[in-house]
Amino acid sequence: MCAITDSAQSAVNAGSTIAPAVELRGITKRFPGVVANKDVTFSVPRGTVHAIVGENGAGKSTLMKILYGVQRADEGTISVDGAAVSLHSPSDAIDVGIGMVFQHFMLADNLTVLENVVLGAEKRHGIADRARAEIVRISGEYSLDVHPDDLVADLGVGRRQRVEILKVLYRGAKTLILDEPTAVLVPQEVDELFDNLRELKSEGLTVIFISHKLDEVLSVADSITVMRRGTTVATVDPKSVTSRQLAELMVGSELPSPSTEVSTVTDRPILTIAGLVLAEAEGRDILHDINLTIHAGEVLGVAGVEGNGQAELVEAIMGMREPSAGRILLEDKDISDWHTREIREAGVGYIPEDRQRHALLLDAPLWENVMLGHQTQTPNVRGIWVDAAGAKAETERIAAEYDVRTPSIYVTAHSLSGGNQQKLIVGREMSHTPRVLVAAHPTRGVDVGAQAAIWEQIKKARREGLAVLLISADLDELIGLSDTIRVILRGQLSGDFDPGVVTAEDLGAAMTGAV
Amino acid sequence: MKAVDLRKLGLALAAPVLALLVAFLVTSIVLLLAGDPVVAVWTQLLTVPRPRLVVAIINGATVYYLSAIAVAIGFRMNLFNIGVDGQYRVAAFAAAVFAGQGWLPGPLNIFVSLLIAVVAGALWAGIAGWLKVSRGVSEVISTIMLNAIATGLVSYLLFKVADSTTGSNVTNTKVLPTASRVPGFPLIPGTPNKVYGFILLSVLIGVGYWVVLNKTRFGYDLRATGRSETAAVASGVDVKRMVLTAMLLSGAVAGMVGMPLLFGQDFSYGTTFQPGLGFAGIAIALLGRNHPVGIGFGALLWSYLEQQGNGLQINVGVSSELVFIIQGVIVLAVVIAYEVVRRAGLRMEQRNVARQLSDQPGPSNPERVTA
Repeated sequence: MCAITDSAQSAVNAGSTIAPAVELRGITKRFPGVVANKDVTFSVPRGTVHAIVGENGAGKSTLMKILYGVQRADEGTISVDGAAVSLHSPSDAIDVGIGMVFQHFMLADNLTVLENVVLGAEKRHGIADRARAEIVRISGEYSLDVHPDDLVADLGVGRRQRVEILKVLYRGAKTLILDEPTAVLVPQEVDELFDNLRELKSEGLTVIFISHKLDEVLSVADSITVMRRGTTVATVDPKSVTSRQLAELMVGSELPSPSTEVSTVTDRPILTIAGLVLAEAEGRDILHDINLTIHAGEVLGVAGVEGNGQAELVEAIMGMREPSAGRILLEDKDISDWHTREIREAGVGYIPEDRQRHALLLDAPLWENVMLGHQTQTPNVRGIWVDAAGAKAETERIAAEYDVRTPSIYVTAHSLSGGNQQKLIVGREMSHTPRVLVAAHPTRGVDVGAQAAIWEQIKKARREGLAVLLISADLDELIGLSDTIRVILRGQLSGDFDPGVVTAEDLGAAMTGAV
Repeated sequence: MKAVDLRKLGLALAAPVLALLVAFLVTSIVLLLAGDPVVAVWTQLLTVPRPRLVVAIINGATVYYLSAIAVAIGFRMNLFNIGVDGQYRVAAFAAAVFAGQGWLPGPLNIFVSLLIAVVAGALWAGIAGWLKVSRGVSEVISTIMLNAIATGLVSYLLFKVADSTTGSNVTNTKVLPTASRVPGFPLIPGTPNKVYGFILLSVLIGVGYWVVLNKTRFGYDLRATGRSETAAVASGVDVKRMVLTAMLLSGAVAGMVGMPLLFGQDFSYGTTFQPGLGFAGIAIALLGRNHPVGIGFGALLWSYLEQQGNGLQINVGVSSELVFIIQGVIVLAVVIAYEVVRRAGLRMEQRNVARQLSDQPGPSNPERVTA
């Protein structure tokens, strides 16, 4: 599978006797009302590439921030080379030899490689010849092919990434954390990066590699830790798992008891999408020839790995993106060139994927948030005037009916936990008698209690004859709620899966294109 | 609920009070370093103003208020209309040229001239708005450029239409007919000077600003866009149209800035017309936190400092430019203080909400469910 060099192999073997490069035990991090990390435990032997995989929202980035000293864990210990460390800031992390390569490069385009590398580390080897010699040495030692006097603006993405890697090596890192390093690379560059990682490993460095691309992880990692809902669910050997099994671990294979509810699907199409195309200026289409029909009382689930076009599909339906071709019909009206406001007024409820950015005014009181998206509808307005009394009464009702736990409707949305924010949004969208509900990752980042409540609301919507488009990365959720499941991969929709018989394995395979 | 309101009010007042204290300290230090008499300066600045000065302070504030409201309209949706300065110049000039002709009888002439000023200000600001929505030009850059253009354009046109019959070496438009002047109010006893009649215009605009922003659908959309453009888009706000409308409105109010001066004091537009009103408006809007009442206090404070500062040179022998230092420090300090107070307020509220929820009976702690 992957070419493990001799020295790395010996390092792996030696790992049993010498202390691991990095070891995390029982790391727990809470944000108000939400547990971002819960009892995260794994260890990384020196001289290995260790991958951490998990869906977006599984807690990977919080974990990395803790490891890099940006945030502090509420519980648990971090040990480096066997000694417990306490990381208060990124400079503490670099002092114990942990360096971070961010997904978004932090390089100044108008400076040279040398200038970028020494920036902030001037004390190490000065800013001139000694630094230049050191850069050349590191570049040569790890085959990074980075030249100190190149202007960063002239470099391609792959080489910029290697400059980032060199930057942390220059600062004396022995353990490198790479956050989704392949997200920005084309396939050839990915291969080059993996060669570099193997080189680093062979020189005795340790790499922690965060990704959700399973094939890549399998090809480069010596061991893989899977995270789900904030906790580590398993650490596996890439030689003994398939990408299907990994996908299962990532999204959860313990399926809930199949929906015992009788089908409420009617033959009345509510939302029909025909030949929808979203073209990009260059390259392939973001969405290619999407066709789907959702009937009254039907939940259509769309599964897929993040970034395969689901966000764009939702935005096209909501009128936030102009389709390049194709039609979107609400019952028999073509809404594809309607404005977002008209679409919402016509009865399309919307639970956006990123509630903080798209569904809430965080600094505004709850009752103003209840108006959002419905600020042209009763009871929130009367003519051109805001009906504050109406909106406040509506908010009180929603808070009670949807179990939004808040001391008052006057606190800001910011002060609520994620789950309560989401319950407020669900309540708001369901309160305007929608015909269609577009729900993108409705239970992401919410606690289990709120998750169950939101699932119940979606089931209720289905019983009441709504057409529901459910986008989710959580297969439990999709299988438990949907009447039909489609998988989206690279902007194209698969055929139908029957949630009654489909397995998480089948879906996982379709999601990663491993079929 | 009551307690929360009181705390919010306390927080809202804490920032400006803090900023004033910082300004007081910094200015005192500057005076000490420069070897100027600290006590004498503050005595001059903090003495009770004479009636004549009170009128001047109120009149100054009347003009500043309009300017700050114009800026605040933009601020409420994260638009930085730096161009109020150019907008009020163009508008005042256009209105003065028209009004000076005296084509219409008294009050009607005032009304139509005011309308012309509003339209001229709106159009001038509209250029920046249009550039932003159609070409993505930052309104900060375009309004600054438009300020420069406005200054040049108005000077150029002023020369063309200048009233040569006055026989003085001051260049100005034709002086308004007496019937088209807005009489003042003798509000302050002990002085023949009168408060601008157009103080009513400022009050009206302040009330209108508050009503439109807080009580109308349009105002809700505007505030939503300012708080989160992404959320506003998802809620169905046409952000481009909002940007253009807000710029036009901001410019329309900016157009009124020069009106109290034109109709209540100068009666023509000339080279001596008061400059820099737009920039003062930015500072005052920041100080007043875009709130109509806060801006009122800010405008009064600004005007107070300037009027009281006028006496510094004669009475204490310290340059009255000292006032600019005080004003500058106030604005800097207030911006920082508001941010500090805002964050403290957020944290306080979050803690408060968490505490109140954990006090509630029943399974009210969502974390317990998770764990």
